[in-house]
Amino acid sequence: MSVDQRQFHDALWDNARDAPAGLRDGQGRPAGARFSVYRNNVAVGLTEALEVSFPAIVKLIGPENFKKVAGVFLRQHPPKSPLIMVYGTEFPVFLESFQPLNHIGYLPDVARLEQALRESYHAADATPIDPGNLANLSEEELTATRMTFAPSARLICSHWPVHAIWAYNLEDGAPKPANVAQDVFITRPDFDPQCHPLSKESGVFFASLLLGNSIGEAFEDAAETSSEFDLAAVLTLLLDTQAITAIHSEV
Amino acid sequence: MLDTSSRFPTLPPAPGVGYKPQHFKEILDASRPVEWLEIHAENYMGDGGRPLAQLRHLADRFPISVHGVGLSIGGEERLDPDHLSRLTHLCNWLQPASFSEHLAWSTHDSHFLNDLLPLPYTSSTLQRVCDHIDEVQEALGRQMLLENPSSYLAFDESTYAETEFLSEIAHRTGCGLLLDVNNVFVSATNLGLDPRAYIDAFPIEKVGEIHLGGHDEDEDDHGAPLLIDSHGREVADPVWALLDHVLERSGPRPLLIEWDADIPEWPALAAEAARAAGALERVPA
Repeated sequence: MSVDQRQFHDALWDNARDAPAGLRDGQGRPAGARFSVYRNNVAVGLTEALEVSFPAIVKLIGPENFKKVAGVFLRQHPPKSPLIMVYGTEFPVFLESFQPLNHIGYLPDVARLEQALRESYHAADATPIDPGNLANLSEEELTATRMTFAPSARLICSHWPVHAIWAYNLEDGAPKPANVAQDVFITRPDFDPQCHPLSKESGVFFASLLLGNSIGEAFEDAAETSSEFDLAAVLTLLLDTQAITAIHSEV
Repeated sequence: MLDTSSRFPTLPPAPGVGYKPQHFKEILDASRPVEWLEIHAENYMGDGGRPLAQLRHLADRFPISVHGVGLSIGGEERLDPDHLSRLTHLCNWLQPASFSEHLAWSTHDSHFLNDLLPLPYTSSTLQRVCDHIDEVQEALGRQMLLENPSSYLAFDESTYAETEFLSEIAHRTGCGLLLDVNNVFVSATNLGLDPRAYIDAFPIEKVGEIHLGGHDEDEDDHGAPLLIDSHGREVADPVWALLDHVLERSGPRPLLIEWDADIPEWPALAAEAARAAGALERVPA
């Protein structure tokens, strides 16, 4: 009796099924529990990959709950590529619609932050601009400037204190989160992604720049959000963290 | 300009270890016995950052073996062209001393199963595996090594012994073989075969690399021993004994310690490499 890979595959994902007939032990008896070695390898391997990528979610819901949630997720979203280091891109959206965890409203945003950190870690290397290139521009030129961000730069926008929650769960001595919404800008000056929590208006500014708007247009968007927007501070942050790889001035 | 020359065209007949980033500093400081490193190809297919920077650095000092775990060479479907092109890119810039993959499948219906799944040994699977190896060797422009699997079960439909199957693949495609001695011990125990007879039937002249790793012990439904290829501990004593039998036949070969789960501090891994060095020293060259 032959066993094709579809039968093998379908039985792997469904613990209630018997091992396909045609699989044997060394004495010709049905394979039985021996098939479970493969089931276990697949589920444990993918669960571990998610644990490595989403450590704050593991802390927030507890390791045992995480394994159960991962077991549901990996059956709905099996990997589509052998690059297991980036497995689980659908995990934040999955958490949004996963009813048993809906009472923890900030979970999807914390997962988005962890996903962004992982993307930043593996992103292409890039050479930042010389800060002098920006400092030497006239006000008119600066207003018209658009920026190219490093491939490792990411922006996470949230209604939750997402960075504070993430840090509280993973970093020793991080303060208890205050109930203030945070956006987070992620950069990778060398090899380790760094998080920069942002005020709402700074988040609006970064989001506008990332859409391809000029500094002047992004400034207007940010100033509409709050009169406290500090342009010099955010430009310093962009340059200090080596987040900009090119500027384009068209006056 | 792409530098396509390789500093280390071959793996030395000496101990190597599976590279883990947590050992980066110790490996650079270590002198013998570790003389080469193996990486899992898929972990170095990102666009940049620390993994690739470390690999570039290590490749200046050590011969590197690229070991794929995701190509699904035994798959019923065609090879994933995107994955094959990622692999070609990696091998082109790194110019590793060796590339190897597994006699196994892992992808079905575009789902990657993240495990090395078994094949029946029939003439139709033989043809398919050979076609896929031809495609890989053509894409990479080099000979690859194919590794024998750990088996937990057997297929009714198999008509070849595993050693015959591997011999025929090597003969038809010109590929070399990677002999995983722990896999031989695990499979032989699980299927009630004689591991030394397996080694004696193995086409030893095709072996370009040897793997050693740790296994876990479990039981099947009938209380019979079921060994699991876990790579999470020291190599077991009977596997070291089987290695001696292999080396008597093969002579010195590149010898890798694999430790992929519950990864230890560097001294524990270095001690395994030292034991491998001892086994190699007992063999006449």
